[in-house]
Amino acid sequence: MSLASAPPKTEGPALKVVYKSTTKPTWCPGCGDYGVVASVERALSSLQIPTHDVVVVSGIGCSSNLPHFLSSYGFHGLHGRAMPVAEGVKLANHGLHVVVTGGDGDGWGIGLGHALHAMRRNIDLTYVVMDNEIYGLTTGQASPTSTMGQKTKSTPQGVIEEPVNPIALALSAGATYVARGFSGDPKQLSDLIAGGIKHHGFSLIDVFSPCVTYNHLNTFDFFRQRVYKLENAQHDPTDLVKAFAKAQEFGPKIPTGLFYRAEKPTYEDLEPALKEGPLVHQKAGIRGKDKVLDEFV
Amino acid sequence: MTRLVLSGNYAQSYAARLARVQVISAYPITPQTTIVEQLAKFVSSGELPAQFIKVESEHSALQVCVSAAALGARTYTATSSQGLLLMHELLHWASGMRTPIVMGVVSRSVGPPWSLDADHTDTMSQRDTGWVQIYPESNQEVLDSVLEAFRLAEDLAIRLPVMVAEDAFYLSHTVEPVEVPSQAQVDAFLPPRVPKGTLVPGKATRLGSYVGPADYVRFRREQARAMERVPETLAAIEEDYGRRMGRTYGGLVQEYRTEGADAVLLTMGTASTTARAVVDELRSEGKRVGLARIRVFRPFPAKEVRDLASRVDRLGVMDRSWTFGQMGSAATEVAAAIQSSPRRPRLSSFLAGVGGRDVGTALLREMFRDLLSKEPSGLRWLDMDPPKEVPLHG
Repeated sequence: MSLASAPPKTEGPALKVVYKSTTKPTWCPGCGDYGVVASVERALSSLQIPTHDVVVVSGIGCSSNLPHFLSSYGFHGLHGRAMPVAEGVKLANHGLHVVVTGGDGDGWGIGLGHALHAMRRNIDLTYVVMDNEIYGLTTGQASPTSTMGQKTKSTPQGVIEEPVNPIALALSAGATYVARGFSGDPKQLSDLIAGGIKHHGFSLIDVFSPCVTYNHLNTFDFFRQRVYKLENAQHDPTDLVKAFAKAQEFGPKIPTGLFYRAEKPTYEDLEPALKEGPLVHQKAGIRGKDKVLDEFV
Repeated sequence: MTRLVLSGNYAQSYAARLARVQVISAYPITPQTTIVEQLAKFVSSGELPAQFIKVESEHSALQVCVSAAALGARTYTATSSQGLLLMHELLHWASGMRTPIVMGVVSRSVGPPWSLDADHTDTMSQRDTGWVQIYPESNQEVLDSVLEAFRLAEDLAIRLPVMVAEDAFYLSHTVEPVEVPSQAQVDAFLPPRVPKGTLVPGKATRLGSYVGPADYVRFRREQARAMERVPETLAAIEEDYGRRMGRTYGGLVQEYRTEGADAVLLTMGTASTTARAVVDELRSEGKRVGLARIRVFRPFPAKEVRDLASRVDRLGVMDRSWTFGQMGSAATEVAAAIQSSPRRPRLSSFLAGVGGRDVGTALLREMFRDLLSKEPSGLRWLDMDPPKEVPLHG
């Protein structure tokens, strides 16, 4: 067995696991995030991962409420700080599947520094970003992915900052599974999330998840009219240069699907302290022979 | 002077506009967000010729203000709860660099567990960062305090940042009639900032240098001395404000019916309004009780509290935050203040309104009943009944 994540169970009778929790989502009717939580459930179900092997970690924002709506372990942390929490969980017990969920403000704004460092460590996490291009929980201010010129409550004259490009960012930071989904296409999205969970290394699934209340620009229709699937476009996801080129497409046509995938050692593979298995299963205290001490005692 | 119906948050925005702030930098957080949204509107409509910068975190928001203030600009920001905690490093920086920033804080509980309601843990945990702290009681006082805060912060004898902290939702989202002074009135009260010790074009200077221990302690002593000058300076500012606008708030501590009182309760913020009504009720029932509202918590009004202590036998302090191992935050400081008083009344600390629990008349009556009893209880956590219904996750 690999010393990293326990391999997902793919054989034997299907587990009858209920991934939905008893807590009902508080999102607005029609919110894109419903499609994302359903896709996470479907991905976990397709991989037959028991709920006690999954930890879902989030920060703050509408989408960061997601862990409450799943029956797995959950950690609802500080704004922008989901990633360090998730890294801590993974290092303590790298046998667990750790899924980080949050929004564009949380991940590509206040928490951006953490995301970049987790990517370059290639730590084996799955990061699902519900990107609605707006701050929804605080009722409609420009976010780091808001479109140039977009009028919001904090930018009455329009946004004058270039939006963050999450796909290009992840490619340059060293993420080894980089994908984009759309909550209006839960079948593709759940496959991408399942692929990310199975992937050995850092996986990003950036999701267009429209805010139906505060963003009237990036709507479901906006994306439906523009998205096309990379899997139907002869894209080679092992080619980093082509992945960068695809990441620049954001106009009349916007690609979704898997941009890039690479097999590289993870942080957990390279960390000597984890060679003997997850820390939680290792004996506490100092190990090895105290040669000098033994000589004198 | 116009009369408008404003929330506490909009009172902050209108005051900042009237103060002609030049740089505003902020990050959204509930329940603060509408303050800076309204300022963004003022800027975009041209009513306020200022730079409005929405940054990627509260830490950056305050850093932008520190830099702009260090270049001589009049700056304003606003935040709440976790946002204020994230600013902690820059709070020290702003004060240490003697930048006269004014910040609106909507006082809200801190997590975990997650909560959004009124509480003073956020501002009380920043009380030693070198900021003046004002706790208004009404939306009118919010507006007036922000204007006074700019005069105070920029006074060359002070040059310290000031936070004006309003209770979440009770003030931030509740509207009431507010007298809004005219621009001419405010301009006469608050002239443009006279920068001193700032970077100036054409003269290469540096800020934030390393110093040795002997200089470091001198910087700190000067900062402390500036804080010591606040009571006198603020009193003069308030007198001038009262002369021009017709409103004052009684200095650092505002007393109400304390004459001949057996027991006096100290409060801060919005609980004071309800407490004043309870004092009236109890007075009409023949009970000799009074109220003292701590309006300015930093610098702590030790002299005023000692003066009060010399006149009553029993003091109670209602707090929305506490000091572990001691009492409520304000109660602990009141205890320290009266320690050197020739007359030391019995002191009770009441923790109430924590995490937004409502502080109604019954609860305040209970505090006075406790104070007037033969053996006041010392430290009490009040109103600890669990909720009748478990609230939905939000």
